Amino acid sequence: MTYTVDLGVNGAELIEEVLKAYPEKSAKRRAKHLGVHEEGKSDCDVKSNIKSLPGVMTIRGCAYAGSKGVVWGPIKDMIHISHGPVGCGQYSWASRRNYYIGTTGVDSFGTMQFTSDFQEKDIVFGGDKKLEKIMDEIQVLFPLNKGITIQSECPIGLIGDDIEAVAKKKSKEYEGKTIVPVRCEGFRGVSQSLGHHIANDAIRDFIFDKTDPNKNEFTGTPYDVAIIGDYNIGGDAWSSRILLEEMGLRVIAQWSGDGSIAELENSPKAKLNILHCYRSMNYISRHMEEKYGIPWVEYNFFGPSKIEESLRKIAGFFDDSIKEKTEEVIAKYKVLTDAVIAKYKPRLQGKRVMLFVGGLRPRHVIGAYEDLGMEVVGTGYEFGHNDDYQRTTHYVKDGTLIYDDVTGYEFEKFVEAVQPDLVGSGIKEKYVFQKMGVPFRQMHSWDYSGPYHGYDGFAIFARDMDMAINNPVWALTKTPWKKAA
Amino acid sequence: MAALRQIAFYGKGGIGKSTTSQNTLAALAQMGQKILIVGCDPKADSTRLILHAKAQDTVLSLAAEAGSVEDLELEDVMKVGYMDIRCVESGGPEPGVGCAGRGVITSINFLEENGAYDGADYVSYDVLGDVVCGGFAMPIRENKAQEIYIVMSGEMMAMYAANNIAKGVLKYANSGGVRLGGLVCNERQTDKELELAEALAGMLGTKLIHFVPRDNIVQHAELRRMTVLEYAPESKQAEEYRQLATKIHNNAGNGTIPTPITMDQLEDMLMDFGIMQKEDESIIGKAATAA
Repeated sequence: MTYTVDLGVNGAELIEEVLKAYPEKSAKRRAKHLGVHEEGKSDCDVKSNIKSLPGVMTIRGCAYAGSKGVVWGPIKDMIHISHGPVGCGQYSWASRRNYYIGTTGVDSFGTMQFTSDFQEKDIVFGGDKKLEKIMDEIQVLFPLNKGITIQSECPIGLIGDDIEAVAKKKSKEYEGKTIVPVRCEGFRGVSQSLGHHIANDAIRDFIFDKTDPNKNEFTGTPYDVAIIGDYNIGGDAWSSRILLEEMGLRVIAQWSGDGSIAELENSPKAKLNILHCYRSMNYISRHMEEKYGIPWVEYNFFGPSKIEESLRKIAGFFDDSIKEKTEEVIAKYKVLTDAVIAKYKPRLQGKRVMLFVGGLRPRHVIGAYEDLGMEVVGTGYEFGHNDDYQRTTHYVKDGTLIYDDVTGYEFEKFVEAVQPDLVGSGIKEKYVFQKMGVPFRQMHSWDYSGPYHGYDGFAIFARDMDMAINNPVWALTKTPWKKAA
Repeated sequence: MAALRQIAFYGKGGIGKSTTSQNTLAALAQMGQKILIVGCDPKADSTRLILHAKAQDTVLSLAAEAGSVEDLELEDVMKVGYMDIRCVESGGPEPGVGCAGRGVITSINFLEENGAYDGADYVSYDVLGDVVCGGFAMPIRENKAQEIYIVMSGEMMAMYAANNIAKGVLKYANSGGVRLGGLVCNERQTDKELELAEALAGMLGTKLIHFVPRDNIVQHAELRRMTVLEYAPESKQAEEYRQLATKIHNNAGNGTIPTPITMDQLEDMLMDFGIMQKEDESIIGKAATAA
């Protein structure tokens, strides 16, 4: 049986109407990124990972954002230098709410900003000497740092600085300290997605290939797993980790939320890599599979249905003792999730949601909404590729509006026409929709809440969605002296 | 006082741009013109014949020492040489690092903001080999050089470079006001050199403004870090440079928008002059001994 979502309007006609605002050439190009899902379409029928059109107010970021902000930034005991002019580091200061345990400024550096603050003379004469000096200062001021990464901003690639040579020289000088040059100049690629890939490759080349595999004392067990692609936003990785541990598994690494360099170094010893954000870390998972023979499995820890399914999928890689404990875990938390659903489902039943996020969330959170009786009627990815949209087909129902790399104009018009009960996207979108009178949750940062992963996260997720949608303030936004037309 | 004339010399590396420009500017100074030379080559050798110096302190090296270009005073970077010609070298990074093009932009902005051009009749930019990036095109952008003089010879690569520079001029001729002043042929004694230079000038929609004959006296003067105009003002060669200077002086407003040609057209021209044989595939890629 195919179930069709209630878009409230004819999706194809809506797209056609919205495209009318563009010049012919732009309309033709944007049309390829917009669609209405129908069963049997292998990739939601949209094109993706293509350069954004100038002037459309894309929501995308850059390669530097993908490397420094997403993949490397959360590695807490390394210092990440934003190499280039001051702005890139300054405006990404304080992380994406990747929580970590540690003493900031002593053994952890996640929310600090390190930048080479390029001046004109550094552009003209090159910044390699300055970079060396910064590293010397870091060694003196933060002696407990476990390594350094150089996150290239645009000018580094333009002026041809040899950051690889600096990294090599300084690493030798500091007795083999890991120093990773990352060529994530912002102009590379069409979005932050290439930055993820470049960062993954840098881990491969400068952590895996350059580290003595016996550097850390490590005794393996048959139950060692690594969490890949969980950035611990609002504590997500922690509320996931406890479930895996209760199943009897040992989590030897978190990539990269609350992660450390030792965890990266130890990952090739894992028995299974469990991959949450496929988009940003499938590259390194595939590499570990090819080089070290470690299988990887995608999972989804949003909402009890998907959690249950994922726990069983992960347990399938291990022996019966793990499988048994997994069933115990599921049973134990069922009491909690039943109570959550009993409380919130009546308040949220039938509410319609539109999403626009990055990485994995445009599909992964759909199950959590459905567990609460809600329906996702529109979704899209900032920087997804074809394989993300293929995976999305398993989540969305017929009639779902799909918008890749949505423009400011399209998103506004779609929401205006569809009139969802909730929009989930980022900070840039939040106030636009709230001013339109539509409840909104930030789905990158969890709107300063979280965690949303795992069973504990689901309880918070349900509370937050209820809080946004059923807030009495929405009843006060109608102009009392104006009668409906 | 007449309006400030801003000119620039471009040409293939080693063609004799700096020598030609300094001799010509010395001649203009002898004619009573007040001259400012802005060297835009990281090698910083555009002013040595005027200053009798190996190399002067550059804007960028001094700025790097002082912290930033804002910390510099004009007096720190400007030297005065033969016939009161004022000289500034932009300078730049050592080969292989940094961005020399950005250095040119930084220096020229500094000079303009600090009134370096005040009181000059001529500003002359001496730019390295080829227009390799936007920075080296700085002197031909709007409100900078009005006329470009391309130094070339009868050698194929020099003509090829001249054509490339004409392309750069064409780009900025449409967006700004720059014009091609003409070609200056610095004789290499290749076959039919004068005719070739004239033909190329014709095809590029400009003129051969002067044919500077080869004369060893230029080398004698260079060894003394002098221009011929200063070393041997009565010589025949000094007179040649004075003629070139006069032509440039009278060329104000006569520049043209160039019409660059394709590589094929350039090769056809060489064939017309019998310099190149028609598509003789058998000689291509063959060493002299193999023939």
